[in-house]
Amino acid sequence: MKSSRRSFLKIAGLAAAGLGTGPVLRSWAAGGGAPAPKIMNNAEALEAKRWAMVIDTRRFHSADDLQPMIDVCHSIHNVPHLKDHHHEIKWIWSEPFGNAFPEREHEFMTEKLHHLPFLVLCNHCENPPCVRACPTKATFKRPDGIVLMDFHRCIGCRFCMAACPYGARSFNFRDPRPFITHTNLAFPTRTKGVVEKCNFCAERLAVGQIPACVEVSDGALTFGDLDDPASQVRHVLKENFTIRRKQGLGTGPGVYYIV
Amino acid sequence: MQNKGKIITGLVIFIALFTFPFIYRMGKAAPAPDVVLTPKALAAKQCVRSTDYMTAEHMQLLDIWREKVVREGQRLYVTTDGRAFNMSLSNTCLDCHSNKAEFCDRCHDYASVKPYCWECHIDNPKGEKQ
Ligand code: HEC
Ligand code: HEC
Ligand code: HEC
Repeated sequence: MKSSRRSFLKIAGLAAAGLGTGPVLRSWAAGGGAPAPKIMNNAEALEAKRWAMVIDTRRFHSADDLQPMIDVCHSIHNVPHLKDHHHEIKWIWSEPFGNAFPEREHEFMTEKLHHLPFLVLCNHCENPPCVRACPTKATFKRPDGIVLMDFHRCIGCRFCMAACPYGARSFNFRDPRPFITHTNLAFPTRTKGVVEKCNFCAERLAVGQIPACVEVSDGALTFGDLDDPASQVRHVLKENFTIRRKQGLGTGPGVYYIV
Repeated sequence: MQNKGKIITGLVIFIALFTFPFIYRMGKAAPAPDVVLTPKALAAKQCVRSTDYMTAEHMQLLDIWREKVVREGQRLYVTTDGRAFNMSLSNTCLDCHSNKAEFCDRCHDYASVKPYCWECHIDNPKGEKQ
C-alpha cells in the first residue's frame, strides 16, 4: 500500500504543477502581444522637488494692487463670486497685517503696516495639517510639495478647514455655477458640498506655465524650486529678509513674504 | 376535491395575469440606441482605444485618467499606435464627442446610468448652445 500512495502523490503533484503553468503561459502570451498604451508627463511640464513662492509686499500699496492676481486666479479656476461672506469662496485674497501675521502685530507698529493689505493663499505646507485631518485622503501632498485636493474624493466633512491655521479653504455651501460670471471652459467647476483651495496652478505647471498670479504680478511674486540653490526663489530669499505666516506652528509654509 | 373547477380557473387567471407583461413585450425589446458620431470623430476613425474596449470599459478608462492626472500629475496618454491625448474628460472625450446629448447621454439614458461628473466638468467645452 505504501508504494501506491507514493505514486499517487507523485501524479497528484505533477498534475498540480501542470495546472499551475496554464495561467503563467497565458500571461506570457498576452505580454508578448500588443504593447499597452503609455501614460506619462507632458514633455514641457515644470518639475521641482519643493515648489515655493516669495511675495514682495513692498511692491503693493493698496488693495487695488492685489486685485489683478486675485482676478486672474479666480477667473481661470472658475471660483464663484459670492457676496455673502459666510458663503465666500477664495483661493487667493487679501488680509490686513494683523490677520496674516497675528503673532507679529503690536500696538506700536509702523502706521504703514496697519493699512497695507497682504496677499494670502494656501501655503502648501511642508507638514500640512489638512492632509492629516482628511479622512478620505482627498487632500494629499505631492512629491513636489504641492498640497492638492482630489475633488473626486472630497466628502465635504470640512475637517481640513478646521485643521488649516491659515483659513485657506472654503466650503461650497451652495451650487457655485450661478455665481461664476465667465466660465473657463477648459477647467472644471466645483459643486455644492466640496471644499476647495489654491492648487498652485498644478494644471498650468503640467503644461510648462508658471502660476497665473506670478505671471501677472510683474515680478512682485517669485516662484520656483526651494531645493535648487540656483533657483530664483532661493536667490530672492538670500537677498531679502523674509517671514512666513504663523511659522511657530511648525507647518512649514511654502509661501514667504518680504516685508 | 369539490372545488377543482374553481381552483383551476383561478390558476389559469393567475398565470395569464402574471405572464401578461412578458407575453405583451415579447420580441419587442427596446433596441440599443444608435449613437451619433460627430464629423470630428468620424474623421479620427478610432477612439482612444479599440471600440470594443471603449463600449465596455470607458468608465474604467476615465477612472484611470482621473487618478493619473489628479493624484500623479501625469496628463499625457499615448495610444499603442502612437497618438497622444491630453487625459481630460471635457477637453478630450468631449472634443471628439462634442455631441454629448446624442452620444454619451443617449446611451446612458438607455442604460439608466447617470454620471454625476457634469456637476463639475463642463459638458459643452466648445461653448456651443445646448
Ligand atoms: C480622436 C477622437 C476621439 C476621442 C478623443 C475620443 N473618442 Fe470615443 N470614439 C471615437 C470614434 C471615431 C468612435 C467610433 C469608433 C467605431 O465606430 O469603431 C468612438 C467610440 C466610442 C465609444 C463606443 C461607442 C459605441 O458605439 O459603443 C465610447 C463609449 C467612447 N468612444 C467614449 C469615449 C470617451 C469616454 C473618451 C475620452 C476618454 C473618448 N471616447 C475619446 C472618437 C474619439
Ligand atoms: C455604448 C453606450 C455608451 C456610450 C456611447 C457612453 N457610455 Fe458611459 N456608460 C455606459 C454604461 C452602460 C455605463 C454603466 C456601466 C456600469 O454601471 O457598469 C456607463 C458608465 C459611465 C460612467 C460611470 C458612471 C458611474 O456612475 O459610475 C461614466 C463616467 C461614463 N459612462 C462616461 C461616458 C462619457 C463621457 C461618454 C461620452 C463620451 C459615454 N460614457 C458614452 C454606456 C455608454
Ligand atoms: C466636485 C467636482 C468634480 C466632480 C463631481 C468630478 N470631477 Fe473630475 N475633476 C475635477 C477637478 C477640479 C479636476 C482637476 C482638473 C485639473 O487639474 O485640470 C478634475 C479632473 C478630472 C480628470 C482629469 C483632468 C480633466 O480635465 O478631465 C478626469 C479624467 C476626471 N476628473 C474625471 C471625472 C469623472 C469621470 C467624473 C464623474 C464620475 C468626475 N471627474 C467628477 C472636479 C470634479
